Amino acid sequence: MGCDDLAMTATDTYSEATPSAAAPAAREAAATPALSIQTVSHSYGARRALIDVSFDVSPASFTALLGLNGAGKSTLFSLITRLFGIQAGKIGVFGHDIGQAPSEALRLMGVVFQPRTLDLDLSVMQNLLYHAALHGIGRGDARSRGNEVLARIGLADRAGSKVRDLSGGQMRRLEIARALLHRPRLLLLDEATVGLDVKARADILNHVRQLVTEQGIGVLWATHLFDEVIPSDNLVVLHQGRVLACGEVARVLKETSAADVNAAFMRLTGVQSGSLAS
Amino acid sequence: MSSTTLDQAGPDQTRRGFSLSEYITCLNGIVWREALRFLHQRERFISALVRPLVWLFIFAAGFRQVLGVSIIPPYETYVLYEVFIAPGLMAMIQLFNGMQSSLSMVYDREMGNMRTLLVSPLPRWYLLFCKLLAGTAVSLLQVYAFLLIAWFWDIAPPPIGYLTVLPALILSGLMLGSLGMLISSGIKQLENFAGVMNFVIFPMFFSSSALYPLWRVQEGSPMLYYVCQFNPFTHAVELIRFALYGQINWVSLSVVGGCTAAFMIGAIFAYDPSRGLARRGPAGGET
Repeated sequence: MGCDDLAMTATDTYSEATPSAAAPAAREAAATPALSIQTVSHSYGARRALIDVSFDVSPASFTALLGLNGAGKSTLFSLITRLFGIQAGKIGVFGHDIGQAPSEALRLMGVVFQPRTLDLDLSVMQNLLYHAALHGIGRGDARSRGNEVLARIGLADRAGSKVRDLSGGQMRRLEIARALLHRPRLLLLDEATVGLDVKARADILNHVRQLVTEQGIGVLWATHLFDEVIPSDNLVVLHQGRVLACGEVARVLKETSAADVNAAFMRLTGVQSGSLAS
Repeated sequence: MSSTTLDQAGPDQTRRGFSLSEYITCLNGIVWREALRFLHQRERFISALVRPLVWLFIFAAGFRQVLGVSIIPPYETYVLYEVFIAPGLMAMIQLFNGMQSSLSMVYDREMGNMRTLLVSPLPRWYLLFCKLLAGTAVSLLQVYAFLLIAWFWDIAPPPIGYLTVLPALILSGLMLGSLGMLISSGIKQLENFAGVMNFVIFPMFFSSSALYPLWRVQEGSPMLYYVCQFNPFTHAVELIRFALYGQINWVSLSVVGGCTAAFMIGAIFAYDPSRGLARRGPAGGET
């Protein structure tokens, strides 16, 4: 099962959240999805990890990709970021096919993977400079962008610190800052708050939501935590490799006659609450 | 945390291709990061130096009286055994470094650091090439540190040799790094790599002209002589040996150049990040 109308609902969400003067430009930008997943399937040998997955993420929208461990979220991320070759279906980033024009697609994308990918032996700034170099950004420009993003995440005074000396929350914030260094239009975050305390989780979520409203970035936020989804988000429920529902949270709740995301998820998947703890 | 507005529009959504300066910036960044990591890991630096120095100070000193070396090109006179094996030890540094770089690529692929590299928008073949060059650059640091110490041990090639050996070291470093990457491409698990190291490094090193001249090998075992002749590491050693004395061994240059191209193309085609990711599923169990 796919989801064809998420782009429309996401645009509407954005229009409501921004000043009216900005709405036409936003609508124009939203005409091309930030991310378009079309009937994507993927298998590991005989095991099917993704089955005909389809949905869009609009610019300036926050889309939560909700699924249990093993649902296929990270496989989908690996396909979007070209770490895996696409076996079936199409993935586009602002109209660029990731299979046909990977450079153009990757240039517009920032990624935070579930496992930490920072270099612990290097300093905070050195990690940023390395990432900038991978995007062809020269040292001077990279340093100024690095200072800018560090100030934004409250780590300006830690630029020279070794990454291994940072807390888990600070490392995650640094990874988000790093992903934004080349000024992408689409941000992918895979379980970005796993292992963090409540405050660090809230800080990171707030920061990412601000990026959506203030900078117009399209965000795909993969999570298995229901409380990270709020009513203004778009929601994609992925279970055992299939999209079971997608659209505005309110619409999914209405369609499932559920009071909250937790209940909607259980109705859609048939998973009992007791098994969610695992 | 506060959020600020994006002060630039971000990347052009219709832009295609990359400028030369972007390619160079990327290369510089990868080499710089590899060098920094190497310098931060002091134990790695020291162990990379200790290995050849043990061979030089202990093995070569002990075998000096046992193994005689006749006058063979590029040497114009009798040389001490230590002088003879110095190029072989330089190549050994590169061999270990090439394999260790590949080990780090398997590790990075499993632990996720390689993902940072591979989601760069620059072409994947170029990123892997840069990674190989970075590994070679690190091996150059090690080799020149070794040559500096060896100089105090009376292993002093002509001064110009320190310069003329550089292209040979770059080419042999690329060949051995490519070979390591090609081997690592076929490895699904980090744990398997240690076994491969034993099956690659030691056979390559001992069946070469690193420790003894090939005419000596031929006297002892014609079969081994042919094995040594087919061993690309032999040609890496000879290329370095001649270059250290300002000369070119054309056969070795051809073999090393050809092997570098073949291994590199094979490695770039074969390198598949999904091997490490798919084994456990992405991110340690998640799929």
